[in-house]
This record gives sequence, structure tokens and C-alpha cells, in this order.
Amino acid sequence: MTTVATVSEGTANPYALSHLDSLESEAVHIFREVAGEFERPVILFSGGKDSILMLHLALKAFAPAPVPFTLLHVDTGHNFPEVLEYRDRTVAEHGLRLHVASVQEYIDAGKLRERPDGTRNPLQTVPLTEAIQQHRFDAVFGGGRRDEEKARAKERVFSLRDEFSQWDPRRQRPELWQLYNGRHAAGEHVRVFPISNWTELDVWQYIEREGIELPQIYFAHEREVFNRSGMWLTAGDWGGPKEHETVETRQVRYRTVGDMSCTGAVDSDATTLDAVITEIAASRLTERGATRADDKMSEAAMEDRKREGYF
Amino acid sequence: MTTPTQLAEQLSTTTLLRFATAGSVDDGKSTLVGRLLHDSKSVLTDQLEAVEDASRKRGQEAPDLALLTDGLRAEREQGITIDVAYRYFATTRRRFILADTPGHVQYTRNMVTGASTAELAVVLVDARNGVVEQTRRHAAVAALLRVPHVVLAVNKMDLVEYAEPVFAAIAEEFTAYAASLGVPEITAIPISALAGDNVVEPSANMDWYGGPTVLEHLETVPVSHDLTACHARFPVQYVIRPQTAELPDYRGYAGQIAAGVFRVGEPVTVLPSGRTSTIAGIDLLGDSVDIAWAPQSVTLRLTDDIDVSRGDLIAPANDSPAVTQDVEATVCHVADQPLTVGQRVLIKHTTRTVKAIVKDIPSRLTLDDLSQHPAPGQLVANDIGRVVVRTAEPLALDAYADSRRTGSFLLIDPADGTTLSAGMAGASFAAVAQAETPADDDAEWDF
Repeated sequence: MTTVATVSEGTANPYALSHLDSLESEAVHIFREVAGEFERPVILFSGGKDSILMLHLALKAFAPAPVPFTLLHVDTGHNFPEVLEYRDRTVAEHGLRLHVASVQEYIDAGKLRERPDGTRNPLQTVPLTEAIQQHRFDAVFGGGRRDEEKARAKERVFSLRDEFSQWDPRRQRPELWQLYNGRHAAGEHVRVFPISNWTELDVWQYIEREGIELPQIYFAHEREVFNRSGMWLTAGDWGGPKEHETVETRQVRYRTVGDMSCTGAVDSDATTLDAVITEIAASRLTERGATRADDKMSEAAMEDRKREGYF
Repeated sequence: MTTPTQLAEQLSTTTLLRFATAGSVDDGKSTLVGRLLHDSKSVLTDQLEAVEDASRKRGQEAPDLALLTDGLRAEREQGITIDVAYRYFATTRRRFILADTPGHVQYTRNMVTGASTAELAVVLVDARNGVVEQTRRHAAVAALLRVPHVVLAVNKMDLVEYAEPVFAAIAEEFTAYAASLGVPEITAIPISALAGDNVVEPSANMDWYGGPTVLEHLETVPVSHDLTACHARFPVQYVIRPQTAELPDYRGYAGQIAAGVFRVGEPVTVLPSGRTSTIAGIDLLGDSVDIAWAPQSVTLRLTDDIDVSRGDLIAPANDSPAVTQDVEATVCHVADQPLTVGQRVLIKHTTRTVKAIVKDIPSRLTLDDLSQHPAPGQLVANDIGRVVVRTAEPLALDAYADSRRTGSFLLIDPADGTTLSAGMAGASFAAVAQAETPADDDAEWDF
């Protein structure tokens, strides 16, 4: 594991930081600001690469002491088994405390209704908001990145939410220098995005540099998939495939990890981190464009979900 | 042609440049940004298709690249940008974070926000119009925020027959004006964003220009100045105390170095208490190091067990800032509710937040012509003015000119947490000393 700052070649300045060191330092600063100013912070942890990266940065920020935050997983019930296994192993390894907010329990209790398309991503907002209220979390770390999606491009690092978790893009506080204003009233909370300024390629390069382990579904493997709206979805209990959809075995990997019903795999031969990085550098599609059915619903799909309190 | 493998390999050793663009749609800013992203292959197919779709729906023939980040419903419906958009792109030499600031709505607030973290600002001028009021405003914001590098992009050179005298006259006028405000480095580049001249590729139409293209300049401009010449500053964010069986006595002060360089063995002063100690060790996110510098996030350990907590500042014993309860500063007011004389506020400075009261608002500044308006009584959204603030507890405050990170602060409404104003301690501009004192005779006609 390399943690020593790499001094850039081709510059006369011995104090220049590499872009990964700059991004790492910025994220660590954000984690420490939250630890210094909030009472009950929580990290949203799905077992996806962005949340794994967040946890890694938090571990580094407070070493040799433990991470002073708990974790929260909003579980859609449509999980990849490899990812759940990874989640539980990671929690045990670092002695962390994990809360799970279960979409399935809300459906079983009649508090949420399954959508006709079987997608559960939009259903996560209510369990997430109620978990935040129930545990009185005042700062909620999310792995959102501004390069992911255009509504997210306008998101602050510290994003104030009302008691319904709602986001109002026109009432955002201007964010200047590295001064993050986390003042909030009782019942309100702040969503915090420490990796706002990272791109998909940065995330992968940093994962490689730090030797961070990821769930295997991020690497090319044989999988039974079927095609829906131009995406390869995994056949499974969640409700796919439908009658007219045919299952085939393909070599694929996942660029993002979310609800199985709307997260698509991409054709890939990339079995190593190096190969994944090369593939991403050459990709002509964004990761959400390639893999997220829920963002394709409308031009403002993400903005609408964010306003309602989504991640 | 760079292969993806080369790009990935080279990116592992690149630096990061944060820059801001200022200018309006009429100056061709969207076209310039669009070309930088497009020609550096940072716009991906699905993004471009989405933009083409949306443009067609709105009856536009060519894809409107502003739609790439005008992502909010209100922005698309009104065809305006309402907020700073951050865009990301990379070349094999550098990674870029671009703060793209809208030119019309809330322009001062947004430009100040974008410039606050920028190491370089691109100011756009239409070659046909030259330096106009707006250009002077942009130069003033860059000067006020102490952006180290300013690029003047003289755009639409194709519409003035690529004539050197047109460019030279504009460059000379702008450089003189910006230099008079104390902008340390100005690079003027003749471009045509629409035709692509000197944006990414060198122009075939302007043989007389021997300087870099916009992208070449962005790739090569130094990202940080000589840190050893800076006052070293370390605001303490958090105290790390594992209190475990293996580490019963570990006590580390976590923070991000705000300026300068720190070394093991260096005598330091902790402010505001004034207690002194020596740096016993520096932990750089898991590795023990002898030296660390801005903007690294580190943990400092001291030789003495003295009282240090969040909000304190660690500085070299022979170069520590004065502590003060009286702050004189320039502020940009960013909230809808006004800032008034006598108002009780919170001041957030580095990692310290204390109560304060606005004692005086001696003047308001008009950015277009730098005229001073004495005793305005209040500042409203997008105003820039001088303030005098008395704090309840002492702050270890530097002049913003010496240290952007430890000379800046926010004023916050204690009732609802609104960010009211962004403040910069000390003199407004480096070079125009007369602008500091309100003119009391011939400026009066301004009201």
C-alpha cells in the first residue's frame, strides 16, 4: 500500500501533489470536519465501490483510532449475494456497527408498494429517511460524485435536508474555500459527499493504488443474463426475466452496484484492476448511462428522486 | 494519439488544477467550455446524445453544450444557469476541476464561489467589444479572491479577421487594468472557440501568435507556488486518541495543512492559547514522515502534553499570526437577507466558529468601476463591501493576501444557519491602495 505522496514528474515544484493525493486529502478533511462538528454521523454503505472507497478514506482519516461513525445500508432486498457477503465481512473485520433499513420489511408491512417494473431503487427513500429520523443521524455520508449525473453536478459537499430529507437545489448554501457550513435545526440533517470531486477513473485508480479489495462482480465473469432495454440484467428471484426475455450466458462485469432489477452489467474481458482501468479510460459511455435503468426514465429522474430525499 | 493504457498510466502521476471560467453566453463561454470538454474527449457518447435530444426538443439545430451541466429542471425550463457547475476532465498531463460560473443570475455570488478555490481564472472577452464593464468586474473578482493566475481569452478572433492589432490592444488594456488591481500573472490568448483556434489546437490563422493554446496553458501552469515562502499554518480539526491497550497515550492532532511546510523537530506555537511545543511526529494517513506540506491531511504529534483542541491553530513558533477580536475585511454578501450594522452573527474561520457582531459597514464597493459608497448601512445579496466585526473570542487570523485559507471566513446567521457573507481579512486589493479608504469628495456623485 502506497500512502506516501507521489511527487509529480515534469514539474519543478517538489511540493506538487498528485491528483489522487489531492482528492484523498480533500476527502479526509471532509470526514474530519464532520467528526468535529456533528453528534451522530453515519456512512451509507451498500458494498458498492464508492461506499467502499468512503469507508477506506474514513479508516485512514482517523487511524490509529477507529472510525467514529456507524454504517447504514438501505437494503432493497434485490442484492447481489457477493456484495452482501462482502458487506458483512468488512463490518466484522473493522469492528463496525451496521444498521440495515430494509425495503422488503416496508413492503411486507404494507408501507411501500412494489412498482410494476419491479425496480426498488426509488423505494429506498422512505426507509432511508425513517432510519435517519429514528436514529437521529445528523450527518449522512453518501458516495455521490458530481461527475455521475447532471443533477449531482450541482450538489454541495454539505447538503442541507429538511426533516423529510428533501433537497431544494435553489436554496443551497454557497460553498466557499474549504469552509463547510453544517449548521442545521433539530430534525434537519446534512448529507455529506466527501468524494464529490472524484471521477469514475479516479476511484478505480485510487482503488488500485491502495490495493482495496472489491466484490468480485466488478470484474469480468460468466453470468446468466437477459437483455432489457439495452442492458444486461441478472436473472434472479427479483422478477426477471419475463416470458419474452431469453437468458444467455455472457462474460460481463458491473460498473455500478445497486438494485439487481435496474443495474445492468456490461460486456467485458477485464478480470484485473489494470484491465478495468484501461476499459474505463476507453469507454465512451458514462457509468450511469451504461448501467442504470432508473436514470433513463426522464431527463430529471435523478433530480426528482434527490428532491424527495434519495441519496 | 494516446491509448487508454497510456492515459491511465500517465494519469497516475498527474497533478490537479482547479480553475474557474467567467464570462457570459454572449462571450462564447459555453462554446469554449464545450470545446475544451469535447476536444479533450471528456464528453461521452450518452451525454452527447442526451444533449442532442434535449436540444432538438427545444427546437435548436446544434447541440447546446450548456445542457451538459444545466441539469436542474428550472435551468432547462428557463434556459439559464442558476448555479455554479463543476465539470471534470483530464488530459494525459493533468486532471482538471472546472468551476463554471453563470454570467447573469447571482453573478457576483457565483463568481466569488467559483474563484474561492480556483488557482486560475479564465476571463472571456468578445474581440469585437474589447474590455467592457463586465470584463472589469471579472478582473476585480479574480483580484479580490487572489486567484494566482488569470487568463484573458480574447474570443471570436474569426470575426475580426484574426487581426493582431485588435488582440494586442485588448490584451494591453486588460493587463494594465488587472495589474493595477494586483493580479500577479496574466496570460492573454487570442482564440475562436467556435472555430477551434488556440483552444486545444494551435491556430493556423494567427501566425503572429507564438504563445500556448488555452489547454496547453492549463496543462503547464504551476499548480502551487513556493510553499517554503508561505507562513505555515495548521488548523486543528479533530483530536485522535485511540486509548487502546496498544496505544494508551497516543494523542494526535488531525488536520489539513492550510499553508506552508511543517517538519518534525520544529518548535511551534498553539493559538489562541500561545502555548509552545515541538513537533514530535507527523503521520501522513498511515505513514510516518519527516516533512509535510499544504494541502496534505496529516496528524501532528507534539512533545508536550498541552491542551489542544478543535479550533486551535498550530504555527511555527517564530512565525505565528497575531490573534485578534477585531476583524477588518472585505466581504461578498451571498444571502437573500441583508447584513446590517449591529447584527449578531457567527464567524466561521478555519475550524473555529465564534460569536461576533457587525460593528460597522464602512463602505460598499462597485465592482464595475471600483467606486466606493460610504456607510451603506447594509449589504444585500451580491454586494461587496468592507466590514468591521468584533468577535467574542480571539481568532488567529492572517491577511487574506498572505494566506487564502487562514485569511478567509464565513459570516453565518445564528438563527437559521444561513451562510450570509464570505469574508477576506485585510486589504481588498494588492495594488490599489486608494481603494481602501472611501473617497470623500469626487466619488460622491455616484449616488
